Amino acid sequence: MSKILKIVKIGASLALLTPMLALAEEAAKPTLNSGDTAWMLTSTALVLFMTIPGLSLFYAGMVRAKNVLSVMMQCFAITALMTVLWTVFGYSLAFDTTGMTKEAVNLNTFVGSLGKAFFNGVGRDSLTLAIPETVFATFQMTFAIITPALIVGAFAERMKFSALLLFMTLWFTVVYAPVAHMVWSGDGALMWDWGVLDFAGGTVVHINAGIAGLVACLVLGKRKGFPTTAMPPHNLTFTLMGASMLWVGWFGFNAGSAVAADGSAGMAMLVTQIATAMAALSWMFAEWLAHGKPSALGIASGAVAGLVAITPASGTAGPMGALLIGLAAGVICFLASTRLKRALGYDDSLDVFGVHAVGGIVGAILTGLCADISLGGKGLAEGMSVAAQLWVQTKGVLFTIVYSAILSYGLLKLVDMLIGLRVNDEQETEGLDIALHDERGYNL
Amino acid sequence: MKLITAVIKPFKLDDVREALSEVGAQGITVTEVKGFGRQKGHTELYRGAEYVVDFLPKIKIEVGVSDDLAERVIESISRAANTGKVGDGKIFCV
Repeated sequence: MSKILKIVKIGASLALLTPMLALAEEAAKPTLNSGDTAWMLTSTALVLFMTIPGLSLFYAGMVRAKNVLSVMMQCFAITALMTVLWTVFGYSLAFDTTGMTKEAVNLNTFVGSLGKAFFNGVGRDSLTLAIPETVFATFQMTFAIITPALIVGAFAERMKFSALLLFMTLWFTVVYAPVAHMVWSGDGALMWDWGVLDFAGGTVVHINAGIAGLVACLVLGKRKGFPTTAMPPHNLTFTLMGASMLWVGWFGFNAGSAVAADGSAGMAMLVTQIATAMAALSWMFAEWLAHGKPSALGIASGAVAGLVAITPASGTAGPMGALLIGLAAGVICFLASTRLKRALGYDDSLDVFGVHAVGGIVGAILTGLCADISLGGKGLAEGMSVAAQLWVQTKGVLFTIVYSAILSYGLLKLVDMLIGLRVNDEQETEGLDIALHDERGYNL
Repeated sequence: MKLITAVIKPFKLDDVREALSEVGAQGITVTEVKGFGRQKGHTELYRGAEYVVDFLPKIKIEVGVSDDLAERVIESISRAANTGKVGDGKIFCV
């Protein structure tokens, strides 16, 4: 999302221009770059692959066998639902730039208008930067899909499917689309104008989803029997496969966020790999020290924590910054998902808060530090000191936390009042697969 | 005729089966079972949440043999299933 400039429609006339004229024209009007487009088509597929099957498997393995289908079904249904919502009004709310001017505050500072509802005006010839707007819109759609799907892990094994659909529809409209708009839509958007660095979605995706997850697990309450009954993951091989798919797919997420096949995408790919590996090791060693043995669930969780943390920094950090971010994310997310969770006693079933919110916060703050040239970063904006950038990053994090927490709470309460959030005790004991879907994952 | 029942460690099953063939036992029945003895269970740890698993998987074998063979069969099971650590199992003869 490096720069979302004006979307320029190129008439057929452009094709008729002589090469000389076209060169002069290039500075003002973007032209389609087939290399960029090919990479963005690929990235889009990679990011969709992160949700289905990546995240679905990652989560499915961690729940009990009686709920395996319910989480996979939730991820699958969210994929379909968000696609339709994105088409009808989501893309427009997030990326329509009508009425936006730098530093001017109006309604469009917070949310886009409905000018692009139903992809109005998004045709074969529309461009965003140097790629077709259709590709840009589909790429962004896959982000709008994975963000709500991440929240599923927090209330897994106890939420009604109908309540999930209603909550996700509302949350997407009131929380996701506006936050994406405020961070990514360009001059005149709230956090864009603050100068918040969020290359691929530390605030928009991870802090946003992680905080919503924490609020959701608090509002829904603990699973029956938590924490006295054993609720071990039913198939960690799924979880390992899912984490591996997330790792691979994340190259589309981060390197794709350059919206180009260029040096920025290349560096994003490199730092993503480094931070992920470092965080996998740091979680593994932290657990080894704390509990005496390294675990497969631990190393996989560490990798995801690293992916989360490098996300906002992937456009600005260098390899040294990536090592630092990975190291910090692995240890801090490990402590958040084990010690902090136990101390506070909330039942975030699959650690959406501990990994995504905490990892997102660590990454978003360190982005300010690692963007500096002294740490091998791209360099800060002109006139920006490291301290000033750290403050801007913190402001972005705090705003996202408060915005997501308050609205998620309100929406959950509303859904609870309308149709009820939680399955009854009998359904919960029986398992959501049979109780809500009349199916079971395994007929062995 | 004697019925000899032995509970052994799962990975020792092949050794025990071979040892029994050598002493002339004609056939055995094998069941997967769980239980606990002096070896006790173990703990499993998932993201800091610790679960105690009380019952460990074992293999139960049953062999019917003539009275004069019983002693040698018991001895061969005992030798084949032995690791020298707690949890090797038990042999019953009725």
